[in-house]
Amino acid sequence: MSIADRQNWLSILAKAPTQELQDRVASMDSLPPYKVLRAAEIGAVMVQGRMGGTGDVFNLGEMTVSRCSVELQTGEIGHGYVQGRNRDKVRLVAILDALLQTHRRDHLMKTIISPLQAQMAKAKSQRAAKAATTKVDFFTLARGED
Amino acid sequence: MYVAVKGGEKAIDNAHAWLSEKRRGDKAIAEIGVGQIREQLTLAVNRVMAEGSLYDPDLASLAIKQSHGDLIEAIFLIRAYRTTLARFGKTRPIETTNMACIRRISATFKDAPGGQILGPTFDYTHRLLDFTLAADSETSVVESQDMSDAQMLPRITDYLNQEGLIQQEIQTGDEPGDLTREPLQLPAQRDLRLQSLTRGDEGFILGMAYSTQRGYGRNHPFVGELRVGGVVVEMEIPELGFSIEIGEIEVTECETVNQFTGSKSDPPQFTRGYGLVFGHSERKSISMALVDRALRWAELGEDNVGVPAQDEEFVLYHSDNIQATGFLEHIKLPHYVDFQSELELIRKLRCEAEIPSRDEEES
Repeated sequence: MSIADRQNWLSILAKAPTQELQDRVASMDSLPPYKVLRAAEIGAVMVQGRMGGTGDVFNLGEMTVSRCSVELQTGEIGHGYVQGRNRDKVRLVAILDALLQTHRRDHLMKTIISPLQAQMAKAKSQRAAKAATTKVDFFTLARGED
Repeated sequence: MYVAVKGGEKAIDNAHAWLSEKRRGDKAIAEIGVGQIREQLTLAVNRVMAEGSLYDPDLASLAIKQSHGDLIEAIFLIRAYRTTLARFGKTRPIETTNMACIRRISATFKDAPGGQILGPTFDYTHRLLDFTLAADSETSVVESQDMSDAQMLPRITDYLNQEGLIQQEIQTGDEPGDLTREPLQLPAQRDLRLQSLTRGDEGFILGMAYSTQRGYGRNHPFVGELRVGGVVVEMEIPELGFSIEIGEIEVTECETVNQFTGSKSDPPQFTRGYGLVFGHSERKSISMALVDRALRWAELGEDNVGVPAQDEEFVLYHSDNIQATGFLEHIKLPHYVDFQSELELIRKLRCEAEIPSRDEEES
């Protein structure tokens, strides 16, 4: 497992719609027993922006975040960080993060991560396609005042 | 001066009970749900998130419901709530260049690379009341046939930058100040000014921006680019030792291209103002860019012509509607002792001047 792999699945899980994630987990065979290292908790993080979009950093404002850490009996530790106040979702993310470090990874990638990724990509391109329908060409008219 | 009073608990309880009854309104009408507010009053929700300085559409919707739609009261609720949250850290700076834009326009280049994308806009509507909405009509839905992939739109200012025509934004790597941690000290640097402006009252920032357009510190702004859309939020996770994406937020960004500066050593260049606001908030973000630009007079070697929009203290100390409303509204609370002393004083002064009281005149 590379850092990039873990970065990838944690990012997909964090951005996945809660209902979608819960449905997919519900269709899995049972979750293994786990110990809660840090109970799901809600807090905030400061979102930063850049002056002029590309320059120095400034503080834009906070957003709510939930986080949770669990440990499987086999020793794998999973962490979850997700936007919003959502204890149920972040607990699932932490459990899946731990499970994705076990031999079940390939199966989980196929049944949970890849379908979620495909679905989010679809939603994104639908949004882009909708925006594309509002693309205009302005043309300037010659003013008849010479 | 405010001197504490006691009592009135029963009356206060009853007043609050009545307040809640007023919030509910006529029970023959269905109660509004927080979900309905979040989905159907999105621009109000956006304003509460921006000025409450906390991105959470569910909380902002709840605050709007609780406050009967008084947005400043809702912002107050959000500001109070955020103080109860533990701070888990900070995100990486959001990269608006990679924004998944639902709207992106340029008022400076007709043929802007990437095109003019109107998105869901009130622009070009006729501002006529639509009575079909009162009749609960269903709305039209945009049919999009081709599934195009989201393309990255180049920044207009980069385009100008290629010719060196516009001042560059430099990354010095300086750690930004944080208003929520340290009280604002003047003179403030641009990082604190931008943080203050983005959470400032929309009406106030709009008024300040408008004043520069009307001549109180004119800086000739063009909207180089206005973009609205989703940006991914990435955060370094201490437990992991690397960063992950934790979500996506909607923001509005405005870059203005303003009148140029130049000197004997530097050729003339356009200058820039910047606005970045949570949610879809165009008016606020354009206003912010204009005020940001006006406040940069010293750094750009311009004269301070003494107008309000150039006065950092005036702008930053009066833009926060929670501070303002707190101080303003406290004067309606009991000031009996305070006023009593004023009464005593005025009677004494009149007595010394031997002005007869009205009772004596009448007799």
